[in-house]
Amino acid sequence: MTSQISDRPTPNKNTLFRPNLSNRYNLDRVFAIATWAAVALAVAVLAILILDILVQGLPQLSGDFLNSFPSRKPEQAGIKAALAGTIWVMVLVAVTAFPLGVGAGIFLEEFAEDNWLTKIIEININNLAGVPSIIYGLLGLTVFVRILEPITGGRSVLSGSLTLALLILPIIIVSTREALRAVPDSLRLAGLALGATKWQVIWEQILPIALPGILTGTILALSRAIGETAPLIVVGAVTFIRSVPTGLQSSFTVMPIQIFNWIGRPQVEFHHIAATGIIVLMTVLLIMNASAIFLRNKFQNKDV
Amino acid sequence: MSSPPSSLKAELWQPNRERSQLIQSIVKWIFGLFALVSVATTIGIVLTLIFETIGFFQEISLWKYLTDTRWTPLFPSANFGIFVLISATVMTSGIAILVALPLGLLSAICLSLYATPKMRGILKPILEILAGVPTIVYGFFAVLFVTPLLQKFIPGLQGFNALSAGIVLGIMITPLVASLSEDAIYAVPGSLRDSAYALGATKRETIISVILPAALSGIVSSFILAISRAIGETMIVTLAAGQNPTLGFNPFVPVMTMTAFIVQASSGDTPAGSLAYRTLFAVGMTLFLLTLILNLFSFWFVRRFREKYD
Repeated sequence: MTSQISDRPTPNKNTLFRPNLSNRYNLDRVFAIATWAAVALAVAVLAILILDILVQGLPQLSGDFLNSFPSRKPEQAGIKAALAGTIWVMVLVAVTAFPLGVGAGIFLEEFAEDNWLTKIIEININNLAGVPSIIYGLLGLTVFVRILEPITGGRSVLSGSLTLALLILPIIIVSTREALRAVPDSLRLAGLALGATKWQVIWEQILPIALPGILTGTILALSRAIGETAPLIVVGAVTFIRSVPTGLQSSFTVMPIQIFNWIGRPQVEFHHIAATGIIVLMTVLLIMNASAIFLRNKFQNKDV
Repeated sequence: MSSPPSSLKAELWQPNRERSQLIQSIVKWIFGLFALVSVATTIGIVLTLIFETIGFFQEISLWKYLTDTRWTPLFPSANFGIFVLISATVMTSGIAILVALPLGLLSAICLSLYATPKMRGILKPILEILAGVPTIVYGFFAVLFVTPLLQKFIPGLQGFNALSAGIVLGIMITPLVASLSEDAIYAVPGSLRDSAYALGATKRETIISVILPAALSGIVSSFILAISRAIGETMIVTLAAGQNPTLGFNPFVPVMTMTAFIVQASSGDTPAGSLAYRTLFAVGMTLFLLTLILNLFSFWFVRRFREKYD
């Protein structure tokens, strides 16, 4: 017995369990502060960005700015052509991408059987979301500007809008599917039990309920399209234009491209009106996002 | 009580089943075609890029494209060394991920594990605003705010440089890293966290040695997706990094990324069929392949290394 006890290793200070709590808790505090600092930094950058733009841009913001064409003199330059172009693009993208996206979403969610073609379409939609937007510009340049030139009129507002419509199509499809999925199955079954066809159930019952969700997704996708610059440069939006589009085949510019043009000029005055242009662009985006959030909140509580 | 008058019988509802079925199948076909538009988009992208790229490589050899050390496609003595552009893209994206990795991951940890639900309700939408800011606005911010600011600390910094473009690019992709990493952290079951606490680990120890390893596949894939986004980003690098194709990794001088070249070349006059026009598509193809490989790698990584808990 005694020999066994003497065999036991003498307690070594290094192998003893020492909780060392105060040190560990201090490290914990440092870590917590670091995570908060990261979030604070992100928020601060957003605040500085907005402040910087407001300080530089607000003095030039006036009715004249909204109502003037671009000019070589910064004090006379305005955003009328670009604002009109953006509105044209917004409407054209909406009327093409909305039916296409919602239709495709309904097909994939309600009609499609679970076969290889459906799977390919799904994988494909996921992959499209990862394609850089400037690549869509190259697609638009070939298909809409060159091949379909007799219809689109080349570097026109129609070509630009169709390119952006393809860009946001995956977003609309995905949000349509999510909105449809949120409608309870009992409604579909009840409609079918009453003898309606699948399409009648979708059209009369499911779509009205899913519509707010679909519209929210569509507005958010549209706001993405409004902010895009790169694909439109490739498709050939004009950087200096003194007219508003008069038809689908008109040449055009949009606000981000006008701002890009102003930033690229050497004079400081043009940088200031670039900031003013950004204020107008961000205001349009803010209105769109606010209406999307309003739609979501208004219809979210409505019981189904 | 009394049966309905016989005159009403003819007006009784007669469902026209054939018509309804016909409408349904027409609708189904049309919507099916709509769904195929997305496949057509992909095929269109691939075909356009391949077609013009083949034309490009009939004039310029692939070997020269990959090994030349100068990029001067619009000069009379044209050189097409794509690595000049790739080095700039790698540098700006590398700086971006150095910014976005700590910022995004720490924000995700903060929002999912430290912030109260109320704080999270305020902070999360702010990060989403950051994600929704148009890239042209970031470009403005990079060239007219961040660059002058950095020039106060770094004397040799030029007006256009990869550093400020990379930093702002990093801020742009931070919300993406944060939100995807947050999803990955939420997917770790609470029982793991509770076990770590029960063993006496502090919160930091639990996060670093239990939660983050368990969420690793999702976090890494969020980084890869963010890098892919940074590589494809155009306006920030075009405005802030400049349009000067130089080979090397000096972040203080102007460089030209692949996307910036596409913007520069398509702003000028490039008639269809010319070599300059085809160069656009060859660079586009390179960019497309790079981002595609990264995206596929990210999907593969999640599937391969996902920890499954029941």
